[in-house]
Amino acid sequence: MDLLAFGDTGWGDELGRAMLMTLAVALTAMALGLVIGALGATAKLAGAWPVRLAARLYTTIFRGIPELLIIYLFFFGSSGGAKWVLELFFDSVGYVEVDAFIIGALAVGLISGSYSTEIFRGAAIAVPRGQVEAGMAAGMSRGLILRRILAPQALRFALPGLGNVWQLTLKDTSLIMVTGLVELMRQSYVAAGSSREPFLFYIAAAAIYLGLTSVSGAGFRRAERWAGRGTQQGAGQ
Amino acid sequence: MKFTLMWESLPTLLSGAVLTVQLVALALVIGFGLAVVIALARLGSNPLISGAARFYIFVFRGTPLLLQIFLIYYGLAQFEWVRESIFWLVLKEAYWAAIIALALNTAAYTAELMRGGISGVPKGQVEAALACGMGRITRYRRIILPTAFRQILPAYGNEIILMVKASSLASTITLMEITGIAERIIARTFSPLEVFAVAGAIYLAINFAVTLGVEGLERRYNKGLRLASAAR
Amino acid sequence: MKRLILGAVALVAFSAAGLAQAQAQDLEITIGTEGAFPPWNGTNPNGELFGAEIDLIAALCAEMNATCETVTNDFDSMIPALQAGRFDAIMAAMSITDERRQSISFSNGYFGDPARIAVLDGSPLVGIETVEKLNLDNLDGASQASLDALKAATVGMTIGAQGSTTHSNFIEQILGGDVTLKTYGTQDDLNLDLQAGRIDAAVAENSVWSDLIDSDPSSGIALIGPTLDGGPFGEGIGVGLRQADTDLLAAFNAALAVLKANGTLSRISIEWFGVDASL
Repeated sequence: MDLLAFGDTGWGDELGRAMLMTLAVALTAMALGLVIGALGATAKLAGAWPVRLAARLYTTIFRGIPELLIIYLFFFGSSGGAKWVLELFFDSVGYVEVDAFIIGALAVGLISGSYSTEIFRGAAIAVPRGQVEAGMAAGMSRGLILRRILAPQALRFALPGLGNVWQLTLKDTSLIMVTGLVELMRQSYVAAGSSREPFLFYIAAAAIYLGLTSVSGAGFRRAERWAGRGTQQGAGQ
Repeated sequence: MKFTLMWESLPTLLSGAVLTVQLVALALVIGFGLAVVIALARLGSNPLISGAARFYIFVFRGTPLLLQIFLIYYGLAQFEWVRESIFWLVLKEAYWAAIIALALNTAAYTAELMRGGISGVPKGQVEAALACGMGRITRYRRIILPTAFRQILPAYGNEIILMVKASSLASTITLMEITGIAERIIARTFSPLEVFAVAGAIYLAINFAVTLGVEGLERRYNKGLRLASAAR
Repeated sequence: MKRLILGAVALVAFSAAGLAQAQAQDLEITIGTEGAFPPWNGTNPNGELFGAEIDLIAALCAEMNATCETVTNDFDSMIPALQAGRFDAIMAAMSITDERRQSISFSNGYFGDPARIAVLDGSPLVGIETVEKLNLDNLDGASQASLDALKAATVGMTIGAQGSTTHSNFIEQILGGDVTLKTYGTQDDLNLDLQAGRIDAAVAENSVWSDLIDSDPSSGIALIGPTLDGGPFGEGIGVGLRQADTDLLAAFNAALAVLKANGTLSRISIEWFGVDASL
C-alpha cells in the first residue's frame, strides 16, 4: 500500500495528476467531438451530395478502424501533416513537433465526433416534422427554426446517446498511452512495470476510471432530467 | 507513400486476420452465453444476484478494455496461487487471456442489450406460451430469447464491430493478429503510416462484411415476420 | 564552448496556444528515451527519469551548451517517431546496427553492453556448458560449438524479447525457426512473463538482468550461456539521429569525445552498471 502513497516514495500523487490529464484530454476531445458531430450531422442531413458523401466516409472510417490504429496514424502522421499545411504558408519549416496532448485530443476527438454525428443526426430526425413546418408557417427563418425549435429539442433527444459517447471517449483516452502522454493508463503502466506490482496499479487505475465514469454518468442523468422537465406536463395535456 | 511496401505487406497482414477473426468469434460466442445469464440475473427477483449482475456490468462498462486485458494477463499472473491453480492452464496462454478479456467485456454490453430485449418481448407472447403449457426453460429457449435477440440484432451488429476493433488490443499481450503483425513489419521497415493504413483497410473490410451479414440476418428474420403476419 | 546555430532544424512548436514559430537560435534538442529500461533509463515513483543515459544526456547537453528536453516514447516506435519529428535524438539503449542505419544515423557508440539469456531457476538450460563470451562476428571453433549447443537446447522453446530490438532479431535470425519468438512492449512486461513462466527464456542486455537480479534477490531469474555480441547485436549503443541532421551528429560526436577523454563516460558507466562499459 506504500506504493500508492502520496509523496516521494509512492505513486499516489502521480496517479492523481495523471487522472487530471485523462480528464483534460477527454474533455477536450469530447468538446471537439461535439463540434464535429454537429457539423457532421448537418452535413449528412442538409448537405449537397459531395458533402454528404464526405461525412459518410468520415463516420465509416472512424467508426470502422480500431481506435488504437487511428491514434497511431495520427501519432506518426501529424508531424508530416502539420508540416505540409505550414509549408503552404511558409517556405520551409523543417520538422514540426506536435504535442502528444494535441495528437491525443485530436485523434480521440475525431473518433468521438464520428459517434456524435450519428447521435445528432438521429436526434434531429426525431424532432417531429410538423413542428418545423409550424415554424415555417409562422414565418421563422431557417436560422431561427434551427435555433429555437430544432436544436433545443434535438439536444434533449441526443443527451442519453451523448452520455454514452462521453463514456466511450473517456475510455478511449487510455489508448493515448502509446503516444507517451502520461495520462492515467500510461502512469499506471509505468508504475506497474517499475514496481512489478501490476495487479495493484491496474486495480487502482480501474477504481479511478470507475469513479470518473460513475460521477459523470450521474451528471448526465441529472442533465437528462433537467432537459426533460416540462415534458411530462406536455404529454398530460 | 511507399506503395510497393503497402502491397507487399498485404498478404502478411491478411494472415493475421485469421487470428483476429478467431479471437472475435470465440469471444462473441462465450460473451453471448455469459450475457444471457447476466441479463437474466439482472432481471431476476433476487436482489443479491441482480445486484451482483448490476455491479459486473458497471465495472466492465466503466473501465477501459486495455486495462481489463492488462489486469487479466499481467495482473493475475503476478500471484503464485493463480499460477498454481487450474485457471493457469488457460490464463497462461495469451490467446485465451485475450479471449477471456474480450468475452467478459462484450458480455457486459450485450447483457444490457439483452435486458432491454427481454423486457421488450410482448406480454401476449409469453402468455401464449404459458397457455400452450410450455415450461419455463422451453419458454425462454423457444419464445423469449429468440424474440429478444431479433429485437437487439441491429444494436448487436454494432457490438460485433466494436469487438472486431477491440481485438486489436490483443497485440499488447504478444498476440500476432493484424495489429501485432503490423507492428512487427513496422519494426523492420520503419514505415508506420503505410503499414497501419493497410491494416486499417483490412479492419474496414472485415467490418463491412459484418455489416452485410447482420443486415442479411435482419432481412431473414423480418421475412419470417412478414410471412407470419400474412398468414394471419 | 561551442555555440551552434540551428539552421536546418527549425523547431516549430504546435502548442495549445497556437502556432509559435521558433526562430533560428541556440541549440535546442528534444531527446526521446523510453523511461522503462533501468538502469539505462527508468522512471521513479516521483515520475522522474533516472539512469545512465539520463545522466549522460545532462552531461552531453552541458557540453554542447544546449537546452535539452527529454520526452518518453515506446521503444518500438522510437525510430518512426524520430523521423516524424517528435524529437531530435534517441538515447534509449539503442544498438547501432546496419539495419537501423538504413533509416537513421548514429553517433559514435557510448556504451557497449553484451546481451545475455535469462531463464527461471530450474530451467533445463541452467548449467549449459558454453564459452564465456561469444562474438557472433568472430566465431572460432569453441564459439561455434557453444552456439550450436545453445540452438540445440532451445529447440521448441518460446523465447521473449522486447519488440524492435536487436534481441528479438537475435532470436529470429540466429536461434531461428525452431524457436517461437514473443515480443513485448517494455522490458518490464518481458520480466513479468518470464517470472510467470509464460516463456522459457528471455534475451536482454546483461546490465538489465544484473540490475533486476540485484534489486530483487527473490526474482528466481538465472543467467545462462555466454555473453553475446556482434552480429545482429551491432556495434554498441549510440545516439540515434535523423540522417539529414549532420550538424547535430557532429555536435554529439564532439561532445562524446570530450566526455570520453575527461572520464565522465566511464564514471557514469561504473555508477550505474558497476563496470566500465564506455566505448
